[in-house]
Amino acid sequence: MKAASFEYSRAADIDEACAMLAADDSARVIAGGQTLVPMMVMRLARPTRLIDINRIAALSYIRNDGDGVAIGATTRQCVVERDALVAAQVPLLARAIPNIGHAATRARGTIGGSLANADPAAELPLIAITLDAVLSYRASGETAEIPAREFFIGPMITTLPAGGCLVGVRFPVWQGEKIGVGFHEVNARRSDFAFVSAAAQVELGADGKCKRIVIGVGAVTDFPMRLDSAEQQLMGTTLDAKAVDAALREALADIDALADLHASAEYRRRAAINLASRAVADAVSHAQGKKAQRNADAH
Amino acid sequence: MRIELNVNGTLHEIEVEPRTTLLDCLRDLLDLKGAHAGCEHGVCGACTVLFDGEAVRSCLMFAAQAAGTPITTIEGVTPGPGELSPIQDAFCETHGTQCGYCTPAMILVAHALLADNPEPTREEIVEAISGNICRCTGYAQIVEAIALAAERMRGANRPRSLSK
Amino acid sequence: MSADRHRYVSTDRRVREDRRFVVGKGQFVADIDLPHMRHVALVTCPYPAARIKTIDKSAALAMPGVHYVLDGRELAEATLPLMTGLDTPNVPRRPLATDVARYAGEWVAAVVADTRALAEDAAEKVRITYEKLPFVLDAEQAIQAGAVLVHQAHGSNVLLDKTFVWGEVEKDFAASPRKLSLRVKWGRSATVPIETFGVAASWDPWREMLDVYASIQMPRYADQISIALQIPVTSVRVHHDVDVGGSYGVKRGIKHTVLCGYLTRRLGFPVRLIEDRLENMRGGDAHGPERLFDVDVAFDDNGIVRSMKMRALENVGAYAGRSPFQLGKPIGAIVGPYKIKSVQYRAVAVVTNKTTQEAVRGFGQGPTNLALERTMDEVANALGLDRLEIRRRNMIRREEFPYTIPSGTTYDSGDYHAVIDKVLANTSYEELKKERDRLRAGGKLAGIGIAACLEPSGGNATFEALLNPSITTSTFMDSCRINVDGMGTITASMHTTSSGQGHETLLGTVIGEVLQVDPDSIRVTRPDSLNSLPSGTPVGSRMAIMLGGAAFHAAHKLKAKLTAIGAHDLGILLERAVYKDGTVSERDAPQNKRAWGDLVQIAFRNYHRMPDGLEPGLAVSHVMQVPTGGTLPTADGRVQMYPCFSFEFHLVLLAIDPDLGTPEIMRYRVGHDCGTVINPKIVRGMTMGGIAHGIGAALYEEFAYDGEGQLMAQSFMDYLLPSSLEVPAVEIIQHVTHSPNTVLGQKGSGESGYLGAPAAVANAVNDALKPLGVSINTLPLKLSKLGDLIAEARDKKGN
Repeated sequence: MKAASFEYSRAADIDEACAMLAADDSARVIAGGQTLVPMMVMRLARPTRLIDINRIAALSYIRNDGDGVAIGATTRQCVVERDALVAAQVPLLARAIPNIGHAATRARGTIGGSLANADPAAELPLIAITLDAVLSYRASGETAEIPAREFFIGPMITTLPAGGCLVGVRFPVWQGEKIGVGFHEVNARRSDFAFVSAAAQVELGADGKCKRIVIGVGAVTDFPMRLDSAEQQLMGTTLDAKAVDAALREALADIDALADLHASAEYRRRAAINLASRAVADAVSHAQGKKAQRNADAH
Repeated sequence: MRIELNVNGTLHEIEVEPRTTLLDCLRDLLDLKGAHAGCEHGVCGACTVLFDGEAVRSCLMFAAQAAGTPITTIEGVTPGPGELSPIQDAFCETHGTQCGYCTPAMILVAHALLADNPEPTREEIVEAISGNICRCTGYAQIVEAIALAAERMRGANRPRSLSK
Repeated sequence: MSADRHRYVSTDRRVREDRRFVVGKGQFVADIDLPHMRHVALVTCPYPAARIKTIDKSAALAMPGVHYVLDGRELAEATLPLMTGLDTPNVPRRPLATDVARYAGEWVAAVVADTRALAEDAAEKVRITYEKLPFVLDAEQAIQAGAVLVHQAHGSNVLLDKTFVWGEVEKDFAASPRKLSLRVKWGRSATVPIETFGVAASWDPWREMLDVYASIQMPRYADQISIALQIPVTSVRVHHDVDVGGSYGVKRGIKHTVLCGYLTRRLGFPVRLIEDRLENMRGGDAHGPERLFDVDVAFDDNGIVRSMKMRALENVGAYAGRSPFQLGKPIGAIVGPYKIKSVQYRAVAVVTNKTTQEAVRGFGQGPTNLALERTMDEVANALGLDRLEIRRRNMIRREEFPYTIPSGTTYDSGDYHAVIDKVLANTSYEELKKERDRLRAGGKLAGIGIAACLEPSGGNATFEALLNPSITTSTFMDSCRINVDGMGTITASMHTTSSGQGHETLLGTVIGEVLQVDPDSIRVTRPDSLNSLPSGTPVGSRMAIMLGGAAFHAAHKLKAKLTAIGAHDLGILLERAVYKDGTVSERDAPQNKRAWGDLVQIAFRNYHRMPDGLEPGLAVSHVMQVPTGGTLPTADGRVQMYPCFSFEFHLVLLAIDPDLGTPEIMRYRVGHDCGTVINPKIVRGMTMGGIAHGIGAALYEEFAYDGEGQLMAQSFMDYLLPSSLEVPAVEIIQHVTHSPNTVLGQKGSGESGYLGAPAAVANAVNDALKPLGVSINTLPLKLSKLGDLIAEARDKKGN
């Protein structure tokens, strides 16, 4: 399994990368390569030119820029995994990252790479959609922003324009006393792409009722989905298990779930309800000050 | 294209195609056969090398990308001709290898783990090697090897940096 | 055999092979660079069945670094078809498809180029036009009259349909108050080594020698190369010192080898083919059994199973080499550890348009044990009896050995009840049940899985004669040569490849034990096939018995010669000479002695001091017949199969999340009895590895096909191999019941764990599902299947 031939360039800065992308519509950017290289060696992807953006220092950062926690596109997943700011301010992201692949792939894989790849089962797109993250990209000398929910539009399909390159993503930071997160996924082996995943973040009011809630499920449909109707239904409630279950069942009643050799559509639909339920329950516990369970996954 | 790779402390200037992976470069151009091709798509881990001390899959990196970062292969952690490092010796003591194909990768992962965490629990060892597939041993004697190596290295009073 | 303390055998010695592997100095085939070597890549058929209409090589040949494009017609004109096991001349097998391709991924053309990458570039440019043909994928469909034929000339899809009746089956069924029928399916999986198959071949026309370096585990490898390429077998030199990166049965690459052998002869330079993972999974022809069992048993109210009928329907894929024989080998342990009195066994092998199957660890015993153990559990459930108790009642007792089963094999020895007792002494069955109940109370589904299985060991070829009466092979040899050189150092040789079983350590240990010298002082070599004595290779869990046995006998010959030399030089009668630690001395007068160096001196230089009739030097060899072998089947298909029977008893506690179907093995205990354990580290590793393989086959691994005949699990992203997180901590409780048939009482352990783990896990899952009133008898037990099954059952129950 050897990749088809290509030219290799290193971009010194993002505009150089974009210029090279614009000059050749078969050119692609490479960062961590953990998803691109397998596709290339299987000859499913055949870029004529690879533009290596790993050394663009300006694309690797984690900071709170006033509007949220901004993470540069080439920031390694393992760096985000260990980052104290992320753990404190975007706990849902911190909770989800250890589930991405293996330590060896997180050592190289980047935040931007996983988002741009847009695998329906990937954790980062799910978190981005769940938290209403905003992605930013550079194209034709301009930086533009796009909400996560408008970015992911199909399996491995995004609205990144031709010649554009993702430069970063910003996760909103929830302010509040009682914030909690939950994340669950199910797969045959711990490190596989999820068969089904679910993420939830909750803010409880002083009265213990739900002040704010976001719920997303991944790997069930072509791109992660937010369960808006369930969120609306659960606002202001105590988020008791029965109410949560009912809201989720209703939200997921008619979805056209993916089916493949790993799981049937009906399995995915049912598991989505179950995992989302657990994610919400974890988030509630966490918000109430009980210890959030890390990696308390389905197996 | 011409690239310079830092492998096991030696700088090598080599001519590669852009599409040559780091794995194929190490094996075919630098004659370092210890890293093995198991799947060439990043799942089995038999190609593992240390990249700035971190375990990575060398089949998922093009050699051109690897320039400028210190790379360590199994040949680089072997002390000398006929000698075994404490980790290598521990693998022999517990028989943490059978066919040997996944072994260099497992040992490098052990190096990276123990450099970072000299007293790993069994769970931490299992987690650390979970990205490397073995079809022979069922993992038990590999986990025991790493635990034994950790124990011996803790008692050996050597500086941590030498174990990289 | 002796239960004496041994000096080296059964002690905790290191495995000498480990040294080269931990430093990355194994010599795998991909590590071997021959001067001027070129590389092969394959062009594969995208359809499950297609007529090959045209092949246009021009664009490929025009590419840089490309030397040749070989098609099936040219190869077929120059070579004979590959050897098959059954007598099926109308189902020929060749490395490259000729007129018709019969599975998606079948090799149609081979490109030779300066590098593998260039060969792959050119392979993409070979233009082939196909005419799609109808195809069949399911074995039950394939056996129907009017089914799509995979091989027109054969007239049907059935390669084998043979029924054996041993004992009064109908009578026993009629006389039994209870009967039960069960269908069990072993899904298509294999042991999938991390190293793919590879071969490098180099033809020297002046020496008329084909050098072959391969990751191989195959009996009669050189013979098959010779036959296909039509060159004398003395022109084939297989290098046995290539390290094989795992095989567990499947590294049989004969089509790869014939392909490369032809290419090197045709092109005049060495040629190497290392399968990439896609070539391996789709077209390497290394899939394992895909077997459907229909079992009927007749039993009484006490749970004693008196008779069994079993139909085994095997989907062998599009072609067949030896793989249909995997239906025959289990005949040698067809009743497992139980005293079932009569058996009817129907073995059916059908071709379909799937990848060709190959031998897999256990050669069919694993699937058969699954069927047996699921059946025993269901018998217990039907009667409301404890599943452990049922087994105890049916098992052969220690005092009943040697025990002859209905199909004619005599089991050498065993103490199954003691092994079970030992495991339960370690882990209380009652405590385990309480733990299961606690898990259930906590909302999980939970079950205990039991499996009591045999590992036939020692190897033999008699299943060939059973399924193909034109075969009259009644031996399955192995050999060892020992030479003491003029300096007094010892070299021993073994005559086949290894894939991690520690054979070199085995040899050193056994010879050291007999000669009473340090095993580590013994050099072990692995000469090539032209310098080798016969070997059956490491199949059939045979090497401890056969290589160990050959080494033992050779060492005794050497010891006898040394003793004779010493006695003669001391001027004493042979009966008064004592050999100890390499020295020969006079009994009751030990000051009269000849030390090792003296004996070597005499043998090598002082011929005038040698006894009459002895050859100079100290070279001995032994070629060993398989113990209890030498017979062919009777007319009704009864025969002694393998000589030794190891036993394993698995006890598993497993929990299932009822909403997600995710299984988790909470506890794993296995009792293992393989007789004398020559090297404890090696045997433990085998059992652990076998259990990991078994867990994979039970829960994760499947070569799944879609309705269009495409293999869906083509890479490791979809064919799921257990990692360290999927294999629980296992405790092995070892027991030793010696074999009377072997030199040290040893039995085989190369398949241990794998032969029982799938049955134990399947039984645990079923025990967990029992409160819901459902069962599942198809491997792999994927979590989504479990999830769907549980959801359906709960819906019915109104949960």
